[in-house]
Amino acid sequence: MDNKEMKRSFLSAQVDLSKFNAGNFEKATDEEKRQKDVMGESTTFFKDGMRRLRKNPLAMASIVVLFAILLVIIIAPHFVPYSYDEVVTVNGQRDKTMTNLSFMCYSDKELIYMDETGEDLFPHIFGTDGLGRDYFIRVIYGTRVSLAVGVVAALMVVLIGIIYGSVAGYFGGKVDLIMMRIVDIIYSLPDMLIIILLSVVLKEVLGGKLAGTVFSKLGTNMISMFIVFGLLYWVSMARLIRGQILTIKNNEYVLAAKCIGTSNRKILIKHILPNCLSVIIITTALQIPSAIFTESYLSFLGLGVSIPLSSLGSLANDARAGMQTYPERLVIPAVIICLIVLALNLLGDGLRDAFDTKLD
Amino acid sequence: MSEEKYLLEVEHLKQYFPIKEGFRTVPLKAVDDISFAIKPGETLGLVGESGCGKTTVGRTLLRLYQPTAGRIIFDGNVLFDSENKIDVDMHPYRREMQMVFQDPYSSLDPRMTVEDIIGEPLDVHKLYSSKSERRDKILSLMETVGLNAEHAMRYAHEFSGGQRQRIGIARALAVNPKFIVCDEPVSALDVSIQAQVVNMFEELQEKLGVAYLFIAHDLLVVHHISDRIAVMYLGHIMEIADADDLNNNPVHPYTLSLLSAVPIPDPETARNSKRIILEGDVPSPLKMPSGCPFRTRCAYATEQCAKEMPPLKDRGNRHFVACWNK
Amino acid sequence: MADSKYVLEVNDLHTSFFTDSGEVKAVNGVNFKIEPGKTLGIVGESGSGKSVTAYSIMQILAQTGRITSGEVLFKGEDITKYSEREMQKFRGSKCSIIFQDPMTSLNPVFTVGYQLEEAIMLHTNKNRAQAKERAIELLKLVGVNDPEKRINQYPHEHSGGMRQRDMIAMALACEPDILIADEPTTALDVTIQAQILELMQELQKKLGMAIIMVTHDLGVIANMCDEIIVMYGGRVCERGTADDIFYRPAHEYTKGLLRSIPRKDNMKEKLVPIGGTPINLLNMPEGCAFCPRCDAAMKICLNQVPDELRISDSHLASCWMNVKELYESKEA
Repeated sequence: MDNKEMKRSFLSAQVDLSKFNAGNFEKATDEEKRQKDVMGESTTFFKDGMRRLRKNPLAMASIVVLFAILLVIIIAPHFVPYSYDEVVTVNGQRDKTMTNLSFMCYSDKELIYMDETGEDLFPHIFGTDGLGRDYFIRVIYGTRVSLAVGVVAALMVVLIGIIYGSVAGYFGGKVDLIMMRIVDIIYSLPDMLIIILLSVVLKEVLGGKLAGTVFSKLGTNMISMFIVFGLLYWVSMARLIRGQILTIKNNEYVLAAKCIGTSNRKILIKHILPNCLSVIIITTALQIPSAIFTESYLSFLGLGVSIPLSSLGSLANDARAGMQTYPERLVIPAVIICLIVLALNLLGDGLRDAFDTKLD
Repeated sequence: MSEEKYLLEVEHLKQYFPIKEGFRTVPLKAVDDISFAIKPGETLGLVGESGCGKTTVGRTLLRLYQPTAGRIIFDGNVLFDSENKIDVDMHPYRREMQMVFQDPYSSLDPRMTVEDIIGEPLDVHKLYSSKSERRDKILSLMETVGLNAEHAMRYAHEFSGGQRQRIGIARALAVNPKFIVCDEPVSALDVSIQAQVVNMFEELQEKLGVAYLFIAHDLLVVHHISDRIAVMYLGHIMEIADADDLNNNPVHPYTLSLLSAVPIPDPETARNSKRIILEGDVPSPLKMPSGCPFRTRCAYATEQCAKEMPPLKDRGNRHFVACWNK
Repeated sequence: MADSKYVLEVNDLHTSFFTDSGEVKAVNGVNFKIEPGKTLGIVGESGSGKSVTAYSIMQILAQTGRITSGEVLFKGEDITKYSEREMQKFRGSKCSIIFQDPMTSLNPVFTVGYQLEEAIMLHTNKNRAQAKERAIELLKLVGVNDPEKRINQYPHEHSGGMRQRDMIAMALACEPDILIADEPTTALDVTIQAQILELMQELQKKLGMAIIMVTHDLGVIANMCDEIIVMYGGRVCERGTADDIFYRPAHEYTKGLLRSIPRKDNMKEKLVPIGGTPINLLNMPEGCAFCPRCDAAMKICLNQVPDELRISDSHLASCWMNVKELYESKEA
């Protein structure tokens, strides 16, 4: 009682009761209270990551660039009436002046033709190459090939890497030990040497047999490149996945799944791999430029796609000879390789920053 | 004394982990010969400090580790018996024994929705005959633990710690178990939320008759929820008794110092209580002292304590103490 | 240079974190004063702003955090105006902090001795040999046995309790005027916790520093503190002596907390939890921060932040319920 009285006397000295009325002290309803308690906007992990990605200017610029390139290489062949492997002819006639035209130039015969018929021939945007083929369309196709090779090789690497890494990481123990030692051995093999050897061997062995199949277009060089990719390049992905799995395996939700009675296989597929997803996507995004780069310099060395197929690297290689006179033929494919590789790298980095954060 | 049937009986359980030290392998004796029993619908609190092995006990009971030795009898069935070489497949028993984990942030898969998390045990044990039955079961479980049904499609990380713990409890309840190991289920929660979750555990026990092994280090919480309490130190049970009896008449020196070390949230008691401060640190379980492991810090230690580990003896009223001197 | 009877004064402190989700208002107008040699306890749960307050004083906030307004007076001088250089001189020598997790607070690649010596040499003119002597002295002071041997060991060779002692030694190396302890015993076992708390009290008697104890553990607070402030949602709900807070709580949050913890006198009863979920600091409610979870919430609580009113000589609270009591007693 004494305390209460003391409290009241302290309070009445500080509080001006005239400012209050009975209404103030009525109980607040649950509804009113709930309105004040705003729960955060519901986001999934994905939405959160996308939001972060959108704030990254370099990543967004990369997406735009890649999108633009894709658009061009898909649409352009429909507009450009030239083919990448055929020498341009005017009205079916060969033209000696068709070779080595500069940007947007026409050959003599084309000019005459345009004067005569009044028809407007589609310009040679990048001019023509040494054999008289429209360079623009060759670059387009070269980009297509490079991208396709890059993506396929990267996917192959990712798939093999995931399977191998999952098995090693999940089972651990002796299995893991042996599998990882194999990885160590593979790491120490010289990939360039093997590609060269393989391509020589394959040419000998498969040479004629491939004629007529889809592989003949690719050429033995490409096949050997794919084989080597499949044999050698998956190791870093495997190590990465294995590391991820080892980390995730120790999480309590995996323990909880075991407690429930979930089988090992289901745990791997339902719990572990989905949680590796962000790492997988990011590494794939970074693997593609690596594959494109490898293909490019292989082609540059002459070990890449066989003629008449062109890739950006082989275009660059062809342009080497005339580098001083026609530098643009080297520069253009080189710039495009750089753009694609840079864009994918920045995108991969951006994805990693956006998605691979530690949840706080 | 009436011979009530026990739901879980653990006899001389040992759990050793091989640790590589240079070229040798030494056993880490995480759990070294413990025995206890739990009646249906009862809560046994298991307390002790870090390294005492209490978490290992819980996980071994659920066969997340393979026991090194001992006997585990559940509902009359021998699940494990190292002497008679019995080692039963745990899968059917996973419907009867479940676990709630400590960390609400890592015990739920961040890629799964609440529905999937709670539904997983239903899927594994095929506890429904149609999709709608599954949904109904999940929603009713959510209601039981006080979660809003409309949250079923949300992801775990969107919830607070207390709500996540409820999801974990719902997951454990999905199979309608008779026994749940609660491994420090409230330690990671805020004080005001702890009360919510503790109340829920108690309500569920009243309603469903589930037995708990409640592992925790907060002695006040354990006292509140448990019927009986066992005190562990370096892999051994030092004392086991009814909850009130343990708190009012503690016998073992370790229990005495443990109880006196707990900071009581009451200034008057704090001013008047005398603390028994233990000297030194807990020895490493790899270099366990011979005989009674507590003797290095015990004020009453004698020669006999170094020679042999004292057995748990009934001091009356089902109050067991393992001490030569008290 | 103003002089004050208070070694530390915090006036109307506001600290926010500017994240890409928005401004997180972690501290919203906190005031307190502490005299030399006294212990102030700051009690609160996660999101209460207690740790951020401590970090604001030391200015060790994360990159996105800033003190947005208010002042922190150390012996009368406003340290929020200090340059980084001046703050470096302040930290460690005038005011030290020990953290919750002794495992991550010590650098694992240096010996304990090296880290202690660093701290000593940074703030004094001693050379390494003298610093080593002082380090051994300090380890003795904090009760580490065999300090000559221990000083050359690495942190992982020390147990959790010993590491916390090492941290305390480092914090006290320059005999600071203030020691801030941020959940110093939460990660420790109960018996070790008791040792550390007793050590801190002994050291305070010996060295005369003020201690700010930040914790969520009501038991620790009841045992250690001369004055206690209870925080919720970045604001001070209530402040007073331990007896005031535990026996005469005057804020609904404090009352709720006390009801929800198991104590000797409510062992047989059901605990009374505080409903709802912890506050979302991105969207602070207009009125009292605790209102959405308060069973006794009134209309006035929805829109007006309660004024801080004096209940007794030592006791102040910010809760409209006290005004309601007064109102109703006048009406009666």
